[in-house]
Amino acid sequence: MATPVLDKADSAPEPGFADSPYITVTFRIRRFNPEISAEAFWDDFQVEIDPKERVLDALHKIKWELDGSLTFRRSCAHGICGSDAMRINGKNRLACKTLIKDINPAKPITVEAIKGLTVLKDLVVDMDPFFQAYRDVMPFLITKDTNEPTRERLQTAEDRERFDDTTKCILCAACTSSCPVFWNDGQYFGPAAIVNAHRFIFDSRDEAGEQRLEILNDRDGVWRCRTTFNCTDACPRGIEITKAIQEVKRALITRRY
Amino acid sequence: MKIHKYDTVIVGAGGAGMRAAIESTKRSRTAVLTKLYPTRSHTGAAQGGMAAALANVEEDNWEWHTFDTIKGGDYLVDQDAAEILAKEAIDSVLDLEKMGLPFNRTPNGTIDQRRFGGHSRNHGEAPVRRSCYAADRTGHMILQTLYQNCVKEGVEFFNEFYVLDQLISEVDGVKKSAGVVAYELATGEIHVFQAKAVIYASGGTGKFFKVTSNAHTLTGDGQAAVYRRGIPLEDMEFFQFHPTGIWRMGILLTEGARGEGGILRNKDGERFMEKYAPVMKDLASRDVVSRSIYTEIREGRGCGPEGDHVYLDLTHLPPEQLDAKLPDITEFARTYLGIEPYTDPIPIQPTAHYAMGGIPTNVAGEVLADNTTVVPGLYAAGEVACVSVHGANRLGTNSLLDINVFGKRAGIAAAEYSQKADFVELPEDPASLVVAQIERLRNSTGTERVSTIRRELQETMDANVMVFRTEQTIKTAVEKIAELRERYLNVSVQDKGKRFNTDLLEAVELGNLLDLAEVMAVSALARKESRGGHYREDYPNRDDVNFMRHTMAYREVGDDGTESIRLDYKPVVQTRYQPMERKY
Repeated sequence: MATPVLDKADSAPEPGFADSPYITVTFRIRRFNPEISAEAFWDDFQVEIDPKERVLDALHKIKWELDGSLTFRRSCAHGICGSDAMRINGKNRLACKTLIKDINPAKPITVEAIKGLTVLKDLVVDMDPFFQAYRDVMPFLITKDTNEPTRERLQTAEDRERFDDTTKCILCAACTSSCPVFWNDGQYFGPAAIVNAHRFIFDSRDEAGEQRLEILNDRDGVWRCRTTFNCTDACPRGIEITKAIQEVKRALITRRY
Repeated sequence: MKIHKYDTVIVGAGGAGMRAAIESTKRSRTAVLTKLYPTRSHTGAAQGGMAAALANVEEDNWEWHTFDTIKGGDYLVDQDAAEILAKEAIDSVLDLEKMGLPFNRTPNGTIDQRRFGGHSRNHGEAPVRRSCYAADRTGHMILQTLYQNCVKEGVEFFNEFYVLDQLISEVDGVKKSAGVVAYELATGEIHVFQAKAVIYASGGTGKFFKVTSNAHTLTGDGQAAVYRRGIPLEDMEFFQFHPTGIWRMGILLTEGARGEGGILRNKDGERFMEKYAPVMKDLASRDVVSRSIYTEIREGRGCGPEGDHVYLDLTHLPPEQLDAKLPDITEFARTYLGIEPYTDPIPIQPTAHYAMGGIPTNVAGEVLADNTTVVPGLYAAGEVACVSVHGANRLGTNSLLDINVFGKRAGIAAAEYSQKADFVELPEDPASLVVAQIERLRNSTGTERVSTIRRELQETMDANVMVFRTEQTIKTAVEKIAELRERYLNVSVQDKGKRFNTDLLEAVELGNLLDLAEVMAVSALARKESRGGHYREDYPNRDDVNFMRHTMAYREVGDDGTESIRLDYKPVVQTRYQPMERKY
């Protein structure tokens, strides 16, 4: 197994810092590239890095200075775009929102692709099934009025607050790919799709709640949820996902929402 | 190589691209090519709001908004375009609400509004509540709402397709857009999209700076693609430095924080903006606030052991207000700085944020080949474009507005054009330039590394063409960029594969950044005045006699293949507002 060490001169701390904040951290990354081999393997890299930096910074250091073929998605680098959900030390997180100091850098840090979606290369998975489930819940406002209002629809602050939590979703798939039901059966809609259905079912302006509830009443719908709370733990936006799923279940029973 | 045929092709799936796609898909067979999954676009990082004179909470009107936009842009704004922006703002916000956008609400159920930098009542009398918002995640809500409506309309996306070249064919002596060439990330395959109309909506180019609020993917791909095909770039010297980026990281902390009452303080705890902008104080326009921050730092009143930042103080605001109105940015401070904003001030510094310049267009989104000639079939909208509604400095909340107003306009105009126009014949061997570029990078055995050249570029840009510029610093940047462009020819990538080769694409993106950095520096060198975001210490005053004009930069290729930049100028459209001294 290759264990390249970063050239120290490349990553010297900025002048003015008497005590170097840099430490050596081992990153153990699950690699897979079917162009080269059908087998996935663990690849170790040692990186000199300030532990206050993000896991994404470490991945960049590896890609930019050690192995350009390391492949992962990223864009905004501060937890808004949802590109870089990955399994870090066995837990789904955004690499750009996880500081190295918070995940015990004294031990090797493992990084692998999120589970339940086909790995295409290294940390990149096929997101299409995830987005298909999202599209299946009709994630858009549906109203019956044929005449568009001239001004905005009114909504009380309380009604707006009712679905605030689920509007925060960035579709990163950290929740869905942490769900044991989804791992075992990719047909399950998964938490993210239910979260996005919840966002409309509980929006006072929307008039298609019944339709969405029927979609989620399907055998691959909400009833598959086993309330393990993995999704809530995984959500980088702090959405109470399990609670949202429970609210959808309750709405299905009571038909009140 | 695959060839596709669509009436309309949209490049980019951020706010402008998706707003255009919603219109275009209803009217013409449309494909959206995007290098990211649509919801990853950087529109989602916008926080504070979208300006519109709804007058929901206090007296306001679109004429005041027009004036503020023109004044904010230091009179380099085309006034006809600013008037359209401000007028159509109202319907743009209402359109989004009807599409489902969850705006914050007033007690009577209408869309709530808050203060923002440079937006004022009655031509500068006092701050006005004009920004329509959804907590501090307005951009996220806009991006999600537009994507949701793209799903509803059945918009056809090609995700992770990188557009690398613009095809132009000459028909009866007229240069027309014929389509684009794209690289598919998953397979490495080259695709040619023949289209009657092409809309660029591919965003900004902030990654040539080191400290920036921009995503890693904002590398000016659209600007570079058309520029290499002879289309000029307008006003590229004007780049906005947002006053409040997280110290050293550059992550954006919304101006809405100051709109909610946040205060900037130096190491003595002084509210220094009172000195620089007695009326608008912390809510002066961004260029003014960023210069004030650096003046404090340069004069020894910066905070921290190195005196290299100032504080954004929110500690006097009630925690409930921070939780309700600024939940994301307070979380950023906790996550990335380990700071509790309820009790501790947040260290900030200006961060490279927004390109005012870009591909020149008229108010229909049609791209211009020179000061007046439209390129049939070619459109641009959003940050990639320069209409110009932002002039020398954009007002906060006017970018989310820009993408909606001009995204919609470009989408309608392009689709109407492609409904009646014929396909333009593709040039011979249309993918040749892209194939050569990709093969050269993939097969290169050069010794230069992409990351090294990019870091040196970012360092020289931060040091020499940021908030303060002089002839000397800009020349230093021009020389350094020339050196880096030379070294770029000797760059190689480690990943030689076809599948998800992001190593290769980072090399392509660096080429775009280098081209655009050069245009920016050369444009800045020639503008011997200070205006908006372009501040020359050697020419500290605005010079309306010589420089009340837009810069137009053209790429010239000599007979021997040498490249150079030719600068020309375009008059500013002035309608009802005469330039005045800008005070806040």
